[in-house]
Amino acid sequence: MSEIAPRTRTALAPPVVVATALAVAGLVLLVFGATTPVLIAPAKAAIALLGIGLFLNGASRVGKALAGPGFDVLFWASAAWLVLLALAIVFVDWLPLGEDRDVAATVTEPVFGIPTFTGTHPLGTNGSGLDLLARSLYGARSSLLISLTAVVVGTIVGGLIGIVAGYFRKAVDRVVGMATNSLLAVPPLILLIALATVLEPRLRNVALSLSLLTIPGMVRLSRATTVAYANREFVTAARAMGAKRSRIMARELLPNVLLPIMSLAVVMISVLIVAEASLSFLGLGIQPPEPTWGNMIAEGEGDVFEAHPHIVLVPGAFLFLTVFAFNIVGEKARQRWDSRSVKL
Amino acid sequence: MSAAALRRLTLRVLELAGVLFIVSVGVFSLVVLLPGDPAVDILGAGRPPSEYAELRHDMGLDQPLHTRYFDWLGGVLTGDLGRSVVPPQSEVSDRVVSALPVSAEIAVLGLLIALLIAVPLAMWSAYREGGIADRIIGAGTFAVLSVPSFLAGLLLVMVMVNSLGWFPRSEWVRIGDGDLLGNLHHAFLPALTVALVELAMFARVLRGDLIVTLREDFILAARAKGMSPLRILFSDALRPSSFSLVTLLGLSLGRLIGSTVIVEYLFSLPGMGSLVVNAANQGDYPMVQGAVLTIAVIYVVINAGIDFSYGYLDPRTRRVHV
Repeated sequence: MSEIAPRTRTALAPPVVVATALAVAGLVLLVFGATTPVLIAPAKAAIALLGIGLFLNGASRVGKALAGPGFDVLFWASAAWLVLLALAIVFVDWLPLGEDRDVAATVTEPVFGIPTFTGTHPLGTNGSGLDLLARSLYGARSSLLISLTAVVVGTIVGGLIGIVAGYFRKAVDRVVGMATNSLLAVPPLILLIALATVLEPRLRNVALSLSLLTIPGMVRLSRATTVAYANREFVTAARAMGAKRSRIMARELLPNVLLPIMSLAVVMISVLIVAEASLSFLGLGIQPPEPTWGNMIAEGEGDVFEAHPHIVLVPGAFLFLTVFAFNIVGEKARQRWDSRSVKL
Repeated sequence: MSAAALRRLTLRVLELAGVLFIVSVGVFSLVVLLPGDPAVDILGAGRPPSEYAELRHDMGLDQPLHTRYFDWLGGVLTGDLGRSVVPPQSEVSDRVVSALPVSAEIAVLGLLIALLIAVPLAMWSAYREGGIADRIIGAGTFAVLSVPSFLAGLLLVMVMVNSLGWFPRSEWVRIGDGDLLGNLHHAFLPALTVALVELAMFARVLRGDLIVTLREDFILAARAKGMSPLRILFSDALRPSSFSLVTLLGLSLGRLIGSTVIVEYLFSLPGMGSLVVNAANQGDYPMVQGAVLTIAVIYVVINAGIDFSYGYLDPRTRRVHV
């Protein structure tokens, strides 16, 4: 036994060392690309991208060597980002951050400070001297709060309607189908804009409008899954044993519909984050000074971002990373739980 | 056309009419949700109550809701979408008619760019499945899918306008002015922004279908006959693989309209997007109603057209009774 252990370690050692070196080199390149003052922006971006590529490649090799060939580096990186963001959101009130919305408190702060990744304003400041890291985190809080509320409401309402429609069929199904088709007949962003015309831009209203976007997809998926299961043996058996319709729907059908619609829900979160950011960007969502990623990016509009690209890039990076992470996690969930036999 | 096909067509048209009716009711009821009193908004506060009552009577606001709905619908069907409540109180239909071509151009151009880039990318990916090009294209398109169009637009402006100076940022040249090149020069960047997300989606879907098609026997036969890979891909594999792509075209239309709206706002183009966003910001509900209804009708009709096009792409669906 004692002879085998060292042998495997030596067999394992070189790739892990090389891969770790690769990952570290990638990180160094990324930091260099992001902070170097010498080069022009496209060159810096290219270096940073190369760094990210190298890092992911290296980390993937390390992970595969340590955890087996099934290791998916993008999935774990995404999950890590989401956990980190969630922790930051929960504890944002206690973190030692700069001022995020009170312009009066920042008269002595530097304006348009560029990101230094250290010091009091690690991600720089905006035109009023407000701290961009603090604003991005508070923005993350409202953005995620809105999207999650909307997804939960949409999933529950849409899922239940879909089960009822798929189980009863006939007239109920036709009415529900008509209603979902009508909801789908207005392009999503147009629907949001129309609602924003008449609703006050508050957190609750934005979340409710967004939940309307998730309902049609949820109804269709949950209905289709229900139809596929409604004629299976265990449902027939339950009916033969005298189960009531409500019991069949709640105990036999719901558990089977749950996983597919939950995985659709994860995918929907990223769609809703983008929709919420678009709405804020257009000035129709949550209003400043309350920060959201969308209205932070809108601050760079006009000529501001020519001189100060970080005004757009900092919230843009938060937005991109979060949407990307939810897409990766959602894709994984869908591959795992959404049975391909069920067509939308 | 057989009797069954005719019956199906009739049913489909009836369903379409039903959906449009519900949408029109929904669009109309925006007024009901509207906070405040339009008469007060137009005249300003502090006038004698009789003036408000008179204006409300003139605007028909004192009528019951269903009467107002049918009045409004009658106007809509005869091409009269009402008047804006924001000065200069222009006709909504005029504004919509002048804005529509701009949006249509951006959307169509964006779709063309997306297809022109996506089809070769998908072919390359699928033909060398699992190769390094396939993996890079796969990762790249997945990343692009996570970039919202307003962010993509700002980044493109940052690189192509500010750093490289290849394109102008705003100012719009209408096609009607005869300066087609100038128009295209201005339209390219917005259209490219719109195209980015779509092309990523198209490339991924088409790649998946192409991979399946390329395993079919008739492709093997074509290869055995010594046909070149390009010929096989374009003339044999593309059509049977484009089924999901066409379905996706219909689904992506909604997203396409959404990103056109954002891109127009971003590049200050005088299209439907700028129209509806500015109207929404000013609470100009007749304008929002008119624009939303127009967009919804166009969207529904195009989607119905796409449904019918399946018959051409896949003859099997012509015979199947749904």
